[in-house]
Parts: sequence; structure tokens; C-alpha cells
Amino acid sequence: MSAVSAALRQRAGGLFWFWSVGAFRRSLPVLFLAGLAAFILGPLLSLILWAFAGRWFYPALLPQEFSLKWWDVVFGNRSVVSSIKYSLMTAPTVTLLSALICLPAAYAFARFQFPGRRFLLLSFLSANSFPKIGLYISIATLFYRLHLMTTFWGVVLIQLMGTLLFMIWIPTGTFRGINRSLEEAARDVGASSARTFFQITLPIAMPGLLVAGLFAFLAAFDEAQGTLIVGSPNYITMPVMMYTLVLNYPQPVGAVFSILLTVPSLVLLLLAQRLLRQGYLAAGYTL
Amino acid sequence: MAGLQLTNLTKRFGTTAAVYDFSLDVHDGELMCLLGPSGCGKTTTLRMIGGFITPDGGDILIEGHSVLALPPERRPTAMVFQRFNLWPHMTVTDNIAFGLRLRRLPAAAIHRKVGETLELVGLPHAAGKWPHQLSGGEQQRIAVARALVLEPKILLLDEPFSNLDARLRVRMREELKTLQRQVGITTVFVTHDQEEALTLADRIAVMNKGVMEQVDTPGVLYRRPQGLFVADFIGTMNLIQGRYHRDRGALVSGRLSVAGPGDWPDGATVTLAFRPEDVTVADGTAGIPAQVRRVVNLGHYLEVTVDSPGVGTIKVFTDGQQPMTEGQHVHIHFRRLLVYAEGTSPAEIDKPRLTHLDTAGEAVERSSSV
Repeated sequence: MSAVSAALRQRAGGLFWFWSVGAFRRSLPVLFLAGLAAFILGPLLSLILWAFAGRWFYPALLPQEFSLKWWDVVFGNRSVVSSIKYSLMTAPTVTLLSALICLPAAYAFARFQFPGRRFLLLSFLSANSFPKIGLYISIATLFYRLHLMTTFWGVVLIQLMGTLLFMIWIPTGTFRGINRSLEEAARDVGASSARTFFQITLPIAMPGLLVAGLFAFLAAFDEAQGTLIVGSPNYITMPVMMYTLVLNYPQPVGAVFSILLTVPSLVLLLLAQRLLRQGYLAAGYTL
Repeated sequence: MAGLQLTNLTKRFGTTAAVYDFSLDVHDGELMCLLGPSGCGKTTTLRMIGGFITPDGGDILIEGHSVLALPPERRPTAMVFQRFNLWPHMTVTDNIAFGLRLRRLPAAAIHRKVGETLELVGLPHAAGKWPHQLSGGEQQRIAVARALVLEPKILLLDEPFSNLDARLRVRMREELKTLQRQVGITTVFVTHDQEEALTLADRIAVMNKGVMEQVDTPGVLYRRPQGLFVADFIGTMNLIQGRYHRDRGALVSGRLSVAGPGDWPDGATVTLAFRPEDVTVADGTAGIPAQVRRVVNLGHYLEVTVDSPGVGTIKVFTDGQQPMTEGQHVHIHFRRLLVYAEGTSPAEIDKPRLTHLDTAGEAVERSSSV
């Protein structure tokens, strides 16, 4: 045992002598993290630079001139502004609707045994197991007949589809993870089943439900293909607008718009984190 | 009187009966333990009393009135669960006050009652804490407080201490016993731990496979188990199979013969049962011969395993006054013996006369007085 470690130490003393230097070994994780951060944050940084670049030509490392002129271009474009409006209308509507439809279903999946339970649960994966574009085309033919094409509710419906998975599966797992004796204890001290749900089950499930809502919102907010097929030309949301901007405008416009697209996700994430911290970390939850 | 009566309670899950024809009378202020191995139906019984499971047959009476039609929230019972008792999103105070608020008590009264109850369970400083800030034992005490604050008629506890470590479990038992005496509440306690049942209970109902085996005080249950199941389940018991020889007036098991006047039919299969502490070890040649196989020192007593040729392995508890070594040849007597036979109640033989038969089957009479 000691002979082996001695031999190892000797080897380490050779070509890879620095391996035995503690500082080097300790700095490895830091270097690795820095590399990872550069990989993730690098493109973001370049995006931000592009959004504020007035003039930026090769081979300069930084833009020659910073300006907000591309922001004016973006906000001066009426169709861009209306796309922001539509996005902020549809995504919250979709999230709310999705919650209204899915949460009771998720509770049922978690708490009750009924025939076809597994099949139904799996069926919510089906929308995600086909090529989206094909699915949307066939839905579009259906929507034509139902007069849902180029309508607000048509867009809502098509975006709703992508959120079902999150709103069913995550809350089902959350509800299932809540021990029944917590609910039974509430019944025992005099709470009706409805009160038990709203004062015990729902608050305890809240972190999971918030996460599901967050995912659903982002899924709806980022949905482009279906919205393009069903909504255009009346309802152009931000991701759909993105295609137009990237194809028809200089690069900085795309960068500006990308940042705008990130804002809601970022705000929601920070908000969720704050909510979870305040209410639930204190109650013994970690997320 | 806040007595609890269960009459012919039956519950089936599918085709198997989890609880069958179970009747039990719990007196006012009594601490009754439901004891049995896992799957014996004790928790099912408790949950039926609490209203979480609807029985298929029988009745549950509290103070003489049937509560079968009442949902759990309207029954005068309060339950403490094995674990996951406290609501993690509420402070200790809110946990305890939840039921009081549902009863629309004025805030001042709620405040006073929560304070009193916390005092009762010895955790007055825990009022503002979150459940996760409490230890397992403290959480269970708060759970008891939450149950008691509503002044229920019956307190139900479902293995509340089984998730605690051994030392704490013993302490919690004593505290619960004291608390129960102090409040004087009728209590039903479910456990699979016989030691817990023996130390806590006024009376113990032993269950096996959904059926009541025996209900008695711990002392009687230990001294005179009514059936082989209870004999084997409670404490340590030596069990030896044998036959009754009417002509010889003796119970014979291998080479052991016990003089036993009894009413059993000739050739009846019997089981001889005796506690390890009812076996005595003698130096001389009195009693039946045996060889010490293993000695375990358990502090205040020795657990000695002996092999008696033609009889079997016997466990003996001795006080350790007499040195014991493995391989040593000894002679043993029994102070007391219980005889179980199919269809009859157990017979007790005090200071039985033992005879060790040699291989030829000829009786070699030895002194058997202890």
C-alpha cells in the first residue's frame, strides 16, 4: 500500500510534477467552471455586445462604437411592438388555461386509481413524440374547418399543446410526493376535503406547481412553428417576429430582439426563485 | 364515560380479510395497545376508528353512540401518525392552531390553548419554529399536542415512535404515559414492538392475521398467554412439541417426560411452553442433563443456550451468580410450564416433575423437586 503510493509520488515527480502542487489541483475546478461559464455566457455576451454596437467590423475585438440606435429601430417598428403585445397576451392566457385544465387532472392522476390511468398519462407525451411541423399542418387543416385559423384562440390552442406535458407530469409527481397522512391529519382535526386541498395540499405542492407554470409559460412564450402556421399574418408573436427580423434586418436588430425575448424568462425565473426562497425554503423545501 | 367499543369489526381488501370479527372494549381513560406483527390488521383497525377506512361490517361506538356514519373530521377522535405528521408550510403554532381556527375560536382563546398545550408536551419555546427545525422526537410531541388541543374523546396513535432512535423511543414512551395519565384521555396505541406495548399499556390486544388473539393486562398476557401465537410473540418462550401418554400420565417430548395430570385425549399433540427465566440450572444430577452451547452476557442477566440430548435447544436466563462456560454439563429444571393442546385452554403445571428417558425408553427417575 505504502509502496504503491510512494511509487505514485515518484511518478508525479517526473513529467507531471505540477500535479502534486496543491494550488494547481485546487485551481482545476475553478478553471473548469470558468471554461463552462465562457461556453454558456460567451454567446450571451456577444449578443449583448451586438445589441449595443453602433459599428463593429472585423477584426476588432470590441465594437468600434456603442449606440442605442438598433433599439430605436426595433421599437420604431410597429409590427415588432404588436408582436410583443401579442406575446404578452397569449403566453399568460395559455399558462392560466393550461393550469385550469391540467392541475385537476394531475391531482386525479396522482391520487385516484381509475381504468386507463397509465395510458392517459402517457398520452400527454404523444404531442412531443411526433415531428411538430407535420402535426401542426394537420391541425391547421382542422382549424380551417373550425374557423380558428388566424385567430387569437387558435394561437392559444396551438401553444397550449406544448404546455400540457409540463402541466401534467410535473404536478402529478408533486401531488404524488405529498404524503397522504398530511392530508389525513387535516381531515382529522376537522377540515373538509375541499379545505384540506386548498389549505394543506395546494400550499405544499406550490413549489412544484410554480415550476410547472414557469416551464409552461416559457414553452408557450417560445413557441414559433405552430404560431407561425396558425396565427400569421394576424397574430405574429415575438418568436415568429424573430424569423422576420433575422432574415430581413442587420445582425444587431436580431440581437436586440433576442434580449427582449429573454427578459420575461429571466424575470419569471428570478421571481420564482424569490417566491420559493421566502415561502418554502423556510418550510424545509430545497429547490 | 368516553369509552370506545368495537363490535364484530370486519374489513376486507379484495378477498382477504384485513380485520375479521374484531371486538374490543376500551374503557374510559384506558391506554389500550393494539399489538401484532406487521400486516396483522392493527393499523387498519385504528384507521377505521379514525374514520379513514370504512369497515365492511361491525360497528364503532364512542360513548355508546355509533360513529360509523361520521367522516373523520366529525369524529371525536384525534390521530397521531407514524411520520409526516406536521404540515411543513406552517409554523408549530399554526399547526396546532389549525383545528382551533376551523372551530372559529376567538384569537385569544386559540393563543391560550396553543400555549397550554405546548406547555403540556414540554415544548413552550417551539411556538414560532418551523417543523423542519425540530428533531424527530419534538415533531412527534407537537403532533401529540396538535391532537390533544382539540380535546378529543379518543386519542389514536399509529406507531408514533417507530421512526425515532431507541433511546429517544424509550423516553417518549414514558412521557406519553405520563401525559396520558395527566389528561386521562382514552387512548388506542398501535405498535409492533412488544416492549413498547408492555411498558405503555393498561391492556394489550394482541392481533394476528386480522383476528384478536387475546386482550389482557401486560402481566396476565406475559404469564398466561391464551394461545401459542401469543406465547411465542410476547417475550421469549421455549416451545417443545410432544404427545400426551394417558397411560403414563405424562407429556413426552423426545426423551423428556413431564408428569402431567390432564384431560387431554391419549396421544394428543401438545406444546410445552416455558419462559427462559422459569428454567433453573442445578449443579448436581437433579433435573435433566444438558450442555451449555452459548452464553451471552446481557448485563443484568445471562442468556444461556443449552442443548439437552433428545429434548432440544433451550434458552435459559440466569442472574449470573453461577458461572457458566460453553461446553459445560449442567442439569436443568423448570419452575413452571404451560401446556397447549388443540381445542383446550392452556394448562399450567407448577414445579413440574421432569424425567429424562434413556435411549431404551426406560425411565430413569431423578429428583425433580426444585
